[in-house]
Amino acid sequence: MPRLTIDDLKKIKEKHRADFTLREGGYRAKVTVHMGTCGIAAGARAVMTALMDEITKANITDVIVTTSGCAGLCAKEPLATVEIMNHPPVKYCDLNDEKMREIFREHIMAGNPVEKYALVAGCESTY
Amino acid sequence: MDKVRANLMLCAGTGCVASGTPKVKEALLEELKKRGLDEEIKLVLTGCNGYCAEGPVMAVYPDQVFYQKVTVEDIPILVEEHFLKGRPYQKLMFKEPEKKTAIPRMGDIPFFKHQVLRVLRNKGLIDPEKIEEYIARDGYQAMAKALTEMTSEDIVKVVKDSGLRGRGGAGFPTGLKWDFASKVKSDIKYMLCNGDEGDPGAFMDRSVMEADPHSVIEGMVIGAKAIGAHHGYIYVRAEYPLAVKRLQLAIDQATESGLLGENILGTGFDFHLEIYLGAGAFVCGEETALMRSLEGKRGMPRPRPPFPAHKGLWDKPSVLNNVETLAQIAPIIMNGSEWYRSLGTEKSAGTKVFALTGAVNNVGLVEVPMGIPLRTIIYDIGGGIRKGRKFKAVQLGGPSGGCIPESHLNTPVTYEDIVATGAIVGSGGMVVMDDNTCMVGTAKFFLEFTADESCGKCTPCRVGTKILLDMLTDITEGKGKESDIETLLDLGRDIISTSLCGLGQTAPNPVLTTIKYFRDEYESHIRDKWCKAGVCRNLTTFWIDEKLCKGCGACLRACPSKAIIGEKKQPHKIIQEVCVHCRTCYEACKFKSIKILPAGFEGDPSELLGAAAAGEGKKGDLK
Repeated sequence: MPRLTIDDLKKIKEKHRADFTLREGGYRAKVTVHMGTCGIAAGARAVMTALMDEITKANITDVIVTTSGCAGLCAKEPLATVEIMNHPPVKYCDLNDEKMREIFREHIMAGNPVEKYALVAGCESTY
Repeated sequence: MDKVRANLMLCAGTGCVASGTPKVKEALLEELKKRGLDEEIKLVLTGCNGYCAEGPVMAVYPDQVFYQKVTVEDIPILVEEHFLKGRPYQKLMFKEPEKKTAIPRMGDIPFFKHQVLRVLRNKGLIDPEKIEEYIARDGYQAMAKALTEMTSEDIVKVVKDSGLRGRGGAGFPTGLKWDFASKVKSDIKYMLCNGDEGDPGAFMDRSVMEADPHSVIEGMVIGAKAIGAHHGYIYVRAEYPLAVKRLQLAIDQATESGLLGENILGTGFDFHLEIYLGAGAFVCGEETALMRSLEGKRGMPRPRPPFPAHKGLWDKPSVLNNVETLAQIAPIIMNGSEWYRSLGTEKSAGTKVFALTGAVNNVGLVEVPMGIPLRTIIYDIGGGIRKGRKFKAVQLGGPSGGCIPESHLNTPVTYEDIVATGAIVGSGGMVVMDDNTCMVGTAKFFLEFTADESCGKCTPCRVGTKILLDMLTDITEGKGKESDIETLLDLGRDIISTSLCGLGQTAPNPVLTTIKYFRDEYESHIRDKWCKAGVCRNLTTFWIDEKLCKGCGACLRACPSKAIIGEKKQPHKIIQEVCVHCRTCYEACKFKSIKILPAGFEGDPSELLGAAAAGEGKKGDLK
């Protein structure tokens, strides 16, 4: 490693922000992909991969992705819940790769819930 | 795709490594790869998390789920359930001792909930072997501030105002120490770190060196700037191989990055740092002895003054600070003295790390604001006494400290209040004892340690501790004399007032405090030949109360010398000639039918036991 300056300290901190957002909290949005047996069978893995791909491409560190078990609505899987801090959580259903990408752009980045894919808004927060 | 969605912080401190972290790590990596999760879930090895008894421990972020006692066999199901399907795995979660309900989130577990982390701010959150992770947690920012924006006087003032006191044991104000050394004129000065940590059972310094080595280095550079030193040593005992390895790695990384050595961060300030391995002598934790040892001589203390701030290592002005003290410096510089004083009391500011161990349910490292009552640490964080037994005493400050009884459990943990009880805060060892503990035996245990570790330079300590130990041994073997208690008290006070260094000046504390609070136990050992806790073999007779015995046979099966006879469902009996007084039957009986009587007791013990039961409440402040 080359010799550091005081500015470099700040740059290193920025570079590791994504990891520390996970560990310390302080994220802006949390997306829960429901990965019960039903979800996985219906294609939740592709939904999650698409979401993580979008986050990588957008190069942002304040959105975290997590998984949870069956949400109890197996017929409408894959399901995902988007929680923007201080806004009611929105559950989306019957998702696929493309829909997830659209939700990422419209809801997570622009702040407008995508009503046509939404199942319900205002269910329980998990943060 | 390089988005990481979860960080698994697996503890790789000495405790967890011993309980299986390396194998768990391999299994975890393999399973994640097998499931195709290895790119999105990152495994990080951290330093000691402080909850060593339940290791290996692992925290999962962002879920904040805490797992304990993770084994290789658990890995496939853990990965499938939690990391693939998002269902936290209950089997490995912390469970409350009585209720048995699993608590998933780390922040909800009582052991962690009541702690305030300043010294241990990075525990379990960073990989100690990567300097970038320390920097990402604002590491070296305080050093940058101290080197560019502050004068030596500024630094001394902030540390002085913060009220920070030495965490190694004596509690001397750190800012004052720095002030003395900064005012002495000398071409060479030394900034030293005491990582000798000799108290049996205390491991907070090891934990900091293992989990957050850069915090110690950063504190030392700031101290060096304050006193005008350009060379430093970290004195660590060789029994801490992992701490030594991580410190060396941290020094190498910091030097390579220009955070140590010449012209730090381009500011023109130089500080060279080396590790010196100690051989693990207890006396080398004493500052003058440590400096002699660093010089390559035999580690023995010398009279003070001159104090090390004037004549220390190689007779040059030196400052020696404890690991835990140094780890607090960076946050004080960043946040100011008022912030530091926001916790703790007027004379004991900030937080202190304790190594909680013994008969409590949750053992480990706990960091709490100074001034909270002992009771909170033992019952709220420690989860109370194991197996529902009764609290008897807490030993604070290791071999230099003392035993505090139930009647003083509301004592706030500050330097002054603890000293008033006869114990000391010391380096923060906290051993909890239940009613199965013999207090004379406890005093003897600690005296064995100090008598062994006495360096032999001054007579009061060398001879005095040996005489104390011999007398205690006699008492536990039934050879005690009526005058022994007074002799112990007199001799103890003499050793304290005439010894050269802290070792001798504190060694009698365990004896004096146990006599102060548990004098009746000494008396029953000496007069009645009766160790009521049933620990001293020569001073017990085990006897089965026929009225309480159900004839279940548990004691009969447990007895290693076949000294118990009796038919099923009929009261059993102990054959005294065969009994070896090992206490096994006492532990095995579920009906409390086995009683501990004085040595050689014959006849009807009902009167004696009635008196003993009535006397139980009288323990405590008898003198």
